[in-house]
Amino acid sequence: MAHQTNLLDIRDAHGGAPGVHADGGHARLARRPVAHGFVHSKEAGGAVDGPGIRYVLFVSGCPLRCLYCHNPDTWHMRKGKETSVREIVAEMASYSNFLKRAKGGITITGGEPLTQVEFTAEIFHAAKAMGLHTALDTSGFLGKRVTDEMLEDIDLVLLDIKAFTEETYFEVTGAQLQPTLDFARRLSAKGKKIWLRYVLVPGLTDKLDEIEGLAAFAAELGVVERVDVLPFHKLGEFKWKECGREYKLAETEPPSGELVEQVRSIFRGHGLKAG
Amino acid sequence: MNVYAREPFDTDTELSAQDPWRGFLPGSWTREIDVRSFIIANVTPFEGDASFLAGITPRTADLWEKLKAHLKAERDKGGVLDVDVSTPSSITSHKAGYIAEDLEQIVGLQTDAPLKRAIMPFGGYRMVKNGLEAYGFKADASLDKVFPKLRKTHNDAVFDVYTPEMLACHKSGVITGLPDAYGRGRIIGDYRRVALYGVNRLIEDKQTQLKSFELATIDEEVLRAREETAEQIKALKELVKLGEIYGFDLTRPAVNGREAVQWTYLAYLAAVKEANGAAMSLGRVSSFLDIFIQRDIAEGELNEAEAQELFDHFVMKLRIVRFLRTPEYDQLFSGDPTWVTESIGGMAIDGRPLVTKSSFRMLNTLNTLGPAPEPNLTVLWSEHLPKGFRDFCAETSIRTSSIQYENDDLMRPYWGDDYGIACCVSAMRIGKQMQFFGARANLAKTLLYAINGGRDEKSGAQVGPTFAPVVGEYLDYEDVKAKLIPMMEWLARVYVNALNSIHYMHDKYMYERIEMALHDRDILRTMACGIAGLSVAADSLSAIKYAKVKIIRDERGLATDFEIEGDYPAFGNNDDRVDDIAVWLTETFMGCIRKHKTYRNAMPTQSILTITSNVVYGKKTGNTPDGRKAGVPFAPGANPMHGRDKNGAVASMASVAKLPYAHAQDGISYTFSIVPSALGSTEEDRVNNLDNLLSGYFLQGGHHINVNVFDRETLVDAMEHPELYPQLTIRVSGYAVNFIKLTREQQLDVISRTFHGASN
Repeated sequence: MAHQTNLLDIRDAHGGAPGVHADGGHARLARRPVAHGFVHSKEAGGAVDGPGIRYVLFVSGCPLRCLYCHNPDTWHMRKGKETSVREIVAEMASYSNFLKRAKGGITITGGEPLTQVEFTAEIFHAAKAMGLHTALDTSGFLGKRVTDEMLEDIDLVLLDIKAFTEETYFEVTGAQLQPTLDFARRLSAKGKKIWLRYVLVPGLTDKLDEIEGLAAFAAELGVVERVDVLPFHKLGEFKWKECGREYKLAETEPPSGELVEQVRSIFRGHGLKAG
Repeated sequence: MNVYAREPFDTDTELSAQDPWRGFLPGSWTREIDVRSFIIANVTPFEGDASFLAGITPRTADLWEKLKAHLKAERDKGGVLDVDVSTPSSITSHKAGYIAEDLEQIVGLQTDAPLKRAIMPFGGYRMVKNGLEAYGFKADASLDKVFPKLRKTHNDAVFDVYTPEMLACHKSGVITGLPDAYGRGRIIGDYRRVALYGVNRLIEDKQTQLKSFELATIDEEVLRAREETAEQIKALKELVKLGEIYGFDLTRPAVNGREAVQWTYLAYLAAVKEANGAAMSLGRVSSFLDIFIQRDIAEGELNEAEAQELFDHFVMKLRIVRFLRTPEYDQLFSGDPTWVTESIGGMAIDGRPLVTKSSFRMLNTLNTLGPAPEPNLTVLWSEHLPKGFRDFCAETSIRTSSIQYENDDLMRPYWGDDYGIACCVSAMRIGKQMQFFGARANLAKTLLYAINGGRDEKSGAQVGPTFAPVVGEYLDYEDVKAKLIPMMEWLARVYVNALNSIHYMHDKYMYERIEMALHDRDILRTMACGIAGLSVAADSLSAIKYAKVKIIRDERGLATDFEIEGDYPAFGNNDDRVDDIAVWLTETFMGCIRKHKTYRNAMPTQSILTITSNVVYGKKTGNTPDGRKAGVPFAPGANPMHGRDKNGAVASMASVAKLPYAHAQDGISYTFSIVPSALGSTEEDRVNNLDNLLSGYFLQGGHHINVNVFDRETLVDAMEHPELYPQLTIRVSGYAVNFIKLTREQQLDVISRTFHGASN
């Protein structure tokens, strides 16, 4: 408990669950710490969600309904386990030396971490106080909720841009693309580093001209350090069944190795580091 | 201490090609036997990356193909290709043997043909007979006349002195794996001495030592020292003869790299011809040999491909060291292990890395020859190791799963900068220290004995002392703890006394002459005890403390099953509530061991290591209060129980790293399996992240880690199609095995372990 002093402002705090509107007035959320959030799961030792070895917090609740979602069990915030900030921070502290030595830090993902923006902000704030590297894994749809103050506590944004036209974006997620692009531009203006993630689904997000547009956009941002082209997989299919939902991509196959390489080379063509 | 042996080497003499020490910087090594001083004075640390390495030469490829054919024939024959059934093995027992004499750059076999095993009856003749019969051979009739009538064996002697209590513990399995019927091993001769000094110089040194035992009072201790030294001198003379059999003059030092490798190997070969120790480890030879090889390269006598060839041919020999074992032994230890452990890297006390180009070359044999369980390549890891070397290690681990890592930053303060690992995790100063190997006591079963008042939960026999058993319906934490402590005290007493009996007799009837000839006069001995079932015992106590554990008794009144109501924190989740219990168990049992007098005043230590006997220990242990069912394997070494470490790799590592090395100085083994995609999506990410994980774990104080990088599906496929995976190597507790040589039961155990996967 070496960092208890940093938690004093958290201990007596109260807070309510935020709504899920892209415009949900972030002003009222400013610096009003919450004591609890809803957590789907935690993993100490993730190596694929940001640099180095990371403490990965999966919060629950997401406004999007992506057809290929591999964590549909994280959609509903209240289905998560109510967990105090203090508990998370204490756990983080116990891994702090390990994570620093392992060139890692903490990643908050989900679900969509910005559905519980105050919770997320408090944890990032405590992580920075410990000297940990912080990464936010988000679709950017709720990017407006991120205050400038909160942004100071975030070192890296893993930004999932699911498609690059409103039509495709809506087909994939049931929501609008524009908030994400706005958020990306804001991150660019602030000089925040971005790792762009793009899930490649045959027949859904494999339109090469659209990808070309996204690559140009990403390059223009000037802050995109790398692009991860993630081939669609069906490892989450069983969770849809468990949740009693119809999995619309049951017939879709993962993309071919050639297609994945082709898409990566589009990004590379714009001077981006793509893997 | 070394006895001053002779005048310093005259470095002013002409630097002829015949001068074996030409170009070497002098130091105390030139005045007395001190290999470390030679290394420190002459080593060239290498800070670069792997790009200088050469691939396999046509000659090596040709030789390896020939050897692979022999290895296949061995597998096809059920594990043993051939045995010389009439010649008890000794340093000079067999004429020269070759794989393909015209191709081999480094020569020497245990017998006159590759993979033909020798018999070593001095450990125990019955083991030899059973081993032979199990594989369809029959011992030569003349041997029946010799053993044990004319020549008593170690095994006979131990059973002469075992007390009924020791026998009962042996039978029930609360103490298992004791070296009372085979060689104890875990002694590392300083084989490098032969290359650096030549045998004549070593004999002179030993003769001076013998003189130092001409004392006023010749008591038992002095007599033993005199006899042992005399035996060591004889063994050194036999080593010279072994050299002659292969056409080498080992009386003088090696004059070049090839001779240095050959001399070192023949010294090691003498050891494995004389003793069939459970672990016959090599020591720390790579960077020592590098000094000779770099000199050859500087003189223009050797190029990189030829240097790699020396290591490849050396390693091929190490891969085919064989002993005749019984199937029961192999069941305990899995496959056909010899633990030819080679320690690579580490840091010098002066702050320089002891990584040389030959550290790379040794690891590169996993590329040139492909993965293999032997030699047991062990990287002594430090955060100060050059990045190029760390990357090469990580890369090779990811590709071959054949490397184990041990924390040099943790061990160096204990053992200096010229220690090696014997077997899996036992550190010892080379040539200055040995251990009395003591297998392990079963902590989980001890806990059941505490609950049942010393009665065995399987047989019902009164094995332990008749203490009050737990009464009542539910287990109470304080009550169980209060009963466990005296049971641990009792077990430690029986255990240490049994080890004293074994090692007294081993010294008497099966003394490792050549290995001890390559040690100093005065050495540190450790009494290496061990514990198995730590995570089962810790989880059981945690269940008792944090959940409710109901006892189910059988008709004999014994607690043979348990019902758990509620949840409990399990070891492996970085939860202090249970991790503290595991630490407490470790410290408490070590405290019990320390109370007893040890043979030859050995320093008591313990390991948390099961090798693969976790399967056999599990078989011999009934239902435990953590919910583990009777017969289910324990977790290996210090691992959390399979599937109970749910918070990710770092949490699992954090729990294991809490176990105190100070109270487990014989080593703490942790086996880690991760799927490749969980380390990152690109090769570069995977290499960096494996390095990051190791950095984090060792910084936390972790001692040892086996790294396996593969998918579970690969193993399942290898179970079904073993012929497609002849070289599939996996790391188990402290060493590596050929997956396809495991029993089906052991294979299933490995597959059931926790694989750290990609985040969901």
